[in-house]
Amino acid sequence: MSADVFAKKRRNSLLLFLIVGVATIVSIIITEYNVAKGFTSVPKAVQWALSNFYPTMDSLAKLPDILVKLKETLLISIAATTVAAVLAFIFAVLGSNTTKVNRFFGSISRGIAILFRNIDVSVWSMVLLFSFGQSSFTGYFALFFGSFGFLTRAFIETIDEVSGSSVEALQATGATYLTVISQSVIPSTIPQMISWVLFMIETNIRNATLVGLLTGSGIGFTFNLYYKSLNYDIASLVVITIIISILCIEFISNYVRRMIL
Amino acid sequence: MTTLLEVKNVSKQFGKDTKALSNVTFSVKEGEFVSVIGPSGAGKSTLLRCINRMVDTSSGEIIFDDNYVHQLNKKELKKVRTKIGMIFQHYNLVNRLSVIENTLHGRLGYKSTLAGALGLYSEDEKLQAARILQILGLEEQIYKRSDQLSGGQKQRVGIARALIQDPKLLLCDEPIASLDPNSSKIIMDHLRNICTSMGITVVVNLHQVDVALKYSDRIIGVNSGKVVFDGTAKSITSNDIHQIYGSDEGKLIFDLGGSHVS
Repeated sequence: MSADVFAKKRRNSLLLFLIVGVATIVSIIITEYNVAKGFTSVPKAVQWALSNFYPTMDSLAKLPDILVKLKETLLISIAATTVAAVLAFIFAVLGSNTTKVNRFFGSISRGIAILFRNIDVSVWSMVLLFSFGQSSFTGYFALFFGSFGFLTRAFIETIDEVSGSSVEALQATGATYLTVISQSVIPSTIPQMISWVLFMIETNIRNATLVGLLTGSGIGFTFNLYYKSLNYDIASLVVITIIISILCIEFISNYVRRMIL
Repeated sequence: MTTLLEVKNVSKQFGKDTKALSNVTFSVKEGEFVSVIGPSGAGKSTLLRCINRMVDTSSGEIIFDDNYVHQLNKKELKKVRTKIGMIFQHYNLVNRLSVIENTLHGRLGYKSTLAGALGLYSEDEKLQAARILQILGLEEQIYKRSDQLSGGQKQRVGIARALIQDPKLLLCDEPIASLDPNSSKIIMDHLRNICTSMGITVVVNLHQVDVALKYSDRIIGVNSGKVVFDGTAKSITSNDIHQIYGSDEGKLIFDLGGSHVS
């Protein structure tokens, strides 16, 4: 009897493996993708990058310009995330099962969050490009909407997971709704929420490059400009500054996380 | 002695066919120590939460201190809740806050939303919190974060939070179910002491029959949402206990010989 259970498990794993394998092969055939050629071109790409895609002494002259744009992008990412976090907290309180006012508001705020979360920042930036044109505004709002959706979702989970029991205790003392939120929900969830906000800032700095590319603003635009005009050395310098700044932000947020948790 | 709490024909239905309580009737006198015992899932927790309306009843009346709890509006209900302290199995503290902050949470029911939200406590309230914590033997832990405490200490903070409400009634939902025997004894001794010396009525849900018999004035036995026993701890027979737990003779671990403290 128990041997059957294990045999069945093995059969299921084998079946799953087969399905994935068949799906891969079928998609390769349909798209006419040449696997061998795909892999053999990797060394060629590396070779190209090594011979063209590196900064030279001349490109360093452009560094101040790049840094100005980089700073703008970083600040926009941080501003978009923090403002989105405040709004997301309000929606999360209304949408969480533990703290919702009633079912109606709960579904509404969860619905809005789902809508915003499932539209990618790249889509937001293309859509907003029509309203705000080529400006930092477009980038800001694209990041803002994306972060808002994601953070609302993350905050709802955090509230439900962490503060359920103490909310019950404070309600039992006769405390009012806002008192319960500020005395129980906020103190018990704040470290996790800050952690999510830091994670979102990191993600947004990465996204900001893409958004800038699409909306013609910030560091993404700078990269695109030099890349399209075949100034690969300066374009590579842009990439390096982005990587360094992301590493710095990650280091800082890891440090903050260790301190607060 | 006057009657503090009356539960009349209370029923509670979850969803369509889950009946948690059916026609529960009993009353509790002022200063009494009452234990509610019964198997898991019998409706003990629901019964307790119906008293302060953390769970709304489906039908029946609950009268606490001359208030018809089931009829109160939100504001009146909050006022009644300030007079009912509650203690939980998992302590339900805000783990990241200090012991004294958690204790002071018991005062929040008396405050306006603004004062409560900002956590503005008077000097008197802080002194009272310190005094209560001292009575419960936590004077050295006052400024410690709650997640650094042991289970027994956390539960004492839970008791402190309930006591600072200046309650007439304490509802304890499995207060010792997650504690070791020694901590359990400390907690039960404190509860008994609160009842005897402060005159606060205590209603406690218990899994440990011997503990219930030892500490309570009265036992209420609940099975499948019905009250199947209601009498003094001294008058209960092993037959009654078997009936409460719906088990066969001689299959339970308990000792009727335990002495009765009060």
